[in-house]
Amino acid sequence: MTNVLVLFGAVIFPFVVGYILISRVPQLLHTPLMSGANAISGITIIGAMLIAGREGGNFGYLLGMIAVVFATINVVGGFLVTDRMLQMFKKKGNKNPQE
Amino acid sequence: MEISLSAIGFAHLLAAGLFVLGLRFLSSPTTARRGNMLAAIAMLIAIVATFLDRQIVDFTSILLAIAIGTIIGAFSARLVKMTSMPQMVAIFNGFGGGASALVALAEFQRLSVQAQLPLPVTVTTLLSVLIGAVTFSGSMVAFGKLQGLMHGAPITSRLQKWLNIFLLLVVLVLMFLIIGSAPSHALFVILTVVALIFGVALVIPVGGADMPVVISLLNSFSGLAACATGFVVGNNILMFAGALVGAAGLILTQIMCKAMNRSLARIFIPRQAIQAEKALHDASGGVSESSAAKSDNKPQIDPLAAAVQTLSAAKSVIFVPGYGMALAQAQFKVVELANLLEKKGATVNFAVHPIAGRMPGHMHVLLAEAEVDYDKLREMDSINPEFKNTDAVIVVGACDVINPSATEVENTPISGMPILAARDAKSIIVCNYDDKPGYSGVENPIYQDAKTICLWGDAKDTISQLITSFSG
Repeated sequence: MTNVLVLFGAVIFPFVVGYILISRVPQLLHTPLMSGANAISGITIIGAMLIAGREGGNFGYLLGMIAVVFATINVVGGFLVTDRMLQMFKKKGNKNPQE
Repeated sequence: MEISLSAIGFAHLLAAGLFVLGLRFLSSPTTARRGNMLAAIAMLIAIVATFLDRQIVDFTSILLAIAIGTIIGAFSARLVKMTSMPQMVAIFNGFGGGASALVALAEFQRLSVQAQLPLPVTVTTLLSVLIGAVTFSGSMVAFGKLQGLMHGAPITSRLQKWLNIFLLLVVLVLMFLIIGSAPSHALFVILTVVALIFGVALVIPVGGADMPVVISLLNSFSGLAACATGFVVGNNILMFAGALVGAAGLILTQIMCKAMNRSLARIFIPRQAIQAEKALHDASGGVSESSAAKSDNKPQIDPLAAAVQTLSAAKSVIFVPGYGMALAQAQFKVVELANLLEKKGATVNFAVHPIAGRMPGHMHVLLAEAEVDYDKLREMDSINPEFKNTDAVIVVGACDVINPSATEVENTPISGMPILAARDAKSIIVCNYDDKPGYSGVENPIYQDAKTICLWGDAKDTISQLITSFSG
């Protein structure tokens, strides 16, 4: 029973929500959205931390450490680059009156 | 211990809610930046909560690894040029997928001391390794192609299709073997290697113009890999966020496919080039060979002067940007010209085709960098009816997305793709590098049209010339 609940709450529910949320996104935001979602997929960093933080310095630990580095690049780079892009999207009102 | 466990549970719930809210905000221009921020906060919460996990005993090395990743990620995010954004997204994505595969491999290595693993554990581990590794190598190839390290054109051969089918079969056989046998390191190593090769084989035949679809599909894969990894390590937030991204990527891929009227299968197994060429010859009826022949059909006047004349009279102008604008880095010049035209009293809009560029929304990012008001960036469906009342269209490095053959001729690679109705405008100024067809290889009859003025050459130069003639 708990398994079914977990499956529903942690997989099917977000899948449906993700699908609905993105369905009506304007083209304008496709890139930042993709890159933001991409940063979220770096959530695998948590799995990597769990592996890397365990006792004993064996091969699995090494893999975990590399995974933490990889996932961190994904997370930090992804969110920063998305912010950089979104910062550029402006409407007339916010534009500084240069012209 | 009870307390810390529920604290983790609470943190996960909070993070999940913030991820959803973040994605929700990301889908509207006014709130998008806040949305990204919320998602980042959610990630931070999830990471901090993980440190509370009693499994973790070694903090220093994790912090060190995070510090290294942060430095690399932050520097590349700061330094990357906007025109290089597609490859940046691709490579970040690859790292995410790679991390998922590594986590699953490491977990398998730990569990493999047992004689028999429960079926769900085996299945999720192998899915995580498989999807993660395909994402990693596929994204690296996409990066290589976009960065120009690799030949960007589709690398195809008759064998390609069979190679992919063969690799798929090998993967399936390996999956059955792994599920049916005791935990085996050898099988997992083979699976990883085959998956890596598969990722390469999948993306190698894909050409530049199909990249938006591939990037968005790989993005979805990295989410699915993370979701599978969540099962492997038994972590709810990992499953949740992974599924969220997986779904978001899938729908985006679907939108892209629809925009170019192609199925996913057609993108990964492109039709033989010969066929496309044949259709194109049938279509053009063999017209247009040399530029000399063309100029015969047209009045012999300086195209630049003609363009300037047209533009000075134009009350309404629509720009149609394409990948060529990104290549020539002409976005700033384009916007300068747009502002100039506006100052002269013309209304200016930008018509952006859904698949223009090398990633979904690529043109929007470039034009936003050049400070175009995003209300002026119009989608195809909304602007298409306006072309016929438009005095001048300025095409900058775009070809296939305005090619009427897509709707008028059957059996070309672009047949059936919705296009921007640029030909309906009263005059068309084409600022493309040359008169070669676009990525699809289909000749564009617009170039031959009497109302078309062609300014061949680097778009940055031709647009600059227009600007000088105007202001001077």
